[in-house]
Amino acid sequence: MARTRKGIEVSIAMADAVAQADVDVIAAYPITPQTHIVEHLSEIVAEGHLDAEYVPVESEHSAMSVCCGSSAVGARTFTSTSSQGLALMSEIFTIAAAMRLPMVMALANRSLSSPLSIWNDHSDVMSVRDAGWLHVFVENGQECYDNVFCGFRISEDPEVMVPLAVNLDGFILTHMIEPVIYEDDETIKKYLPPFKMKNALHPDNPVSMGCFGMPEIYTETQMSREQGVQNSYPTIVKAWKEWGDLTGRYYHPVETYKADDAEYCIVTMGSYGETAMEVVDTLRKEGEKVGVVKIRLWRPFPFEDFRRAALGKKSLIVIDRAISFGGPGGPVASELRSALYGRQGAPVIVNYIAGLAGRDVSRNDFRNIILEGKAKAAKGDTDGFTLYGLRG
Amino acid sequence: MLEIRFHGRGGQGAVTSAELIAIAAINKGNFAQAFPSFGPERRGAPVVAFCRVDSQKINIRAKVYSPNVVIVLDPGLLELLDPTEGMSEGGILILNTKKQPQEIAIAAGKPIKLATVDANKIAIEELGRPIVNTTMLGGFVRATGLLGIEDIKEPLLERFGKKLGERNLKAMERAFNEVSIV
Repeated sequence: MARTRKGIEVSIAMADAVAQADVDVIAAYPITPQTHIVEHLSEIVAEGHLDAEYVPVESEHSAMSVCCGSSAVGARTFTSTSSQGLALMSEIFTIAAAMRLPMVMALANRSLSSPLSIWNDHSDVMSVRDAGWLHVFVENGQECYDNVFCGFRISEDPEVMVPLAVNLDGFILTHMIEPVIYEDDETIKKYLPPFKMKNALHPDNPVSMGCFGMPEIYTETQMSREQGVQNSYPTIVKAWKEWGDLTGRYYHPVETYKADDAEYCIVTMGSYGETAMEVVDTLRKEGEKVGVVKIRLWRPFPFEDFRRAALGKKSLIVIDRAISFGGPGGPVASELRSALYGRQGAPVIVNYIAGLAGRDVSRNDFRNIILEGKAKAAKGDTDGFTLYGLRG
Repeated sequence: MLEIRFHGRGGQGAVTSAELIAIAAINKGNFAQAFPSFGPERRGAPVVAFCRVDSQKINIRAKVYSPNVVIVLDPGLLELLDPTEGMSEGGILILNTKKQPQEIAIAAGKPIKLATVDANKIAIEELGRPIVNTTMLGGFVRATGLLGIEDIKEPLLERFGKKLGERNLKAMERAFNEVSIV
């Protein structure tokens, strides 16, 4: 394939990227909640354009089980899910990370039931936050396409060997038609080497995986997982840098927009970032010294990058897309408060939760959140969170 | 930036119309978005689709609230909703109706341009079915001047294949010629 710019549905572009990445195994459960990502991949495989095993399993639990098996033998492995699907998968989802099995998941973020909903928010991904996967958030179709390749490169790196989820906002991105640049196959080949798993399952070289662990060993295995996730950071930064050198599109664990001279910033994760930039442009023209801080890498959390962006600001207005019930507010705000606690020059944090289950967050809503948040920060009204747009 | 809102019924192809405009605009080097009002697909129920076109990258991830152009695929919807909602001066409302623009009360007194075309008649004659989404694009092209028929031709043929695509193209061309604009 030659380098081309296309108007295409983001889910289709992501499936095309998975095919271009020359995956060996795709396992998915083809029912709502699903996206066109695996639907299109099933067509690509059925039509013979991709030499891969497409395994249409009987449940999401089985999808992740197949992924674990295929990754364990050293096959490049992909799956995609959302909300209830992820919930059903969660037992094996954790095991994939614990067994250090590289794979990439397109996690089309959608809300968890009940009430039954198919729309976007981050309650699904936050329910598996501590499972030990790497989590990247994207904000447009191009970033979805690009991060498929970066995702495999990072996850399969012998220094990492941790599964990676590319989190894209359900509907807002998955059902959007927009321009996406496809890179040519040569560029992809140059960037993404074949997957070579050390100690892969093979009859000639038997190994044991997923063994029983006595208390004498369990603690050490968990430290090994922690180190695996933490140590992925330099590989992630390097993989994004090299992708940028090849394509001109660079990614960073924390990204900022008009934040250098900003007195206060709005902090986003996922597709919120784009609307936030648009609204900040307007507010800047009105004299507001406001910027945007965007969290791209959620796990491992980039503490240093975030502090570099945040320290010295007066306040941060953090907009979350999930609730931690009975907890300190939105998961992102909670994380940022921890990252800044006790630091000199730490801004105060005002937390909004908005856009639950696809409730639209317009430019006007962003404007309200930013200006109201600034006023709350000035008054010291920074406890807990505000559920934006809550009807009485 | 041009923001477009489509009103149709599930199964009438409002989303396809939005997609064809977006893809045609992107193929010309512009930026565009096309997206449905997200939710389960329900045949026959009123649905909304959106499209944005700009010469620069579009950084909005929200519905269209202030459309410059509104296209109504189903005449019956005018009894259920106000298609001019959110439209401001200079907006263009394009209706599928047998009526002439002067007979349309909904736009009376509003500072917007009104275009009407009997797309049902054209679609039945050219396609054999009253599926008017591609036909209405002819009215859109004529009323807005945003794209040419030629620009939509390529994505149209790609979407529907040569045989069906060319019939849709003819319906679109007829609407382009038959639309009344005031």
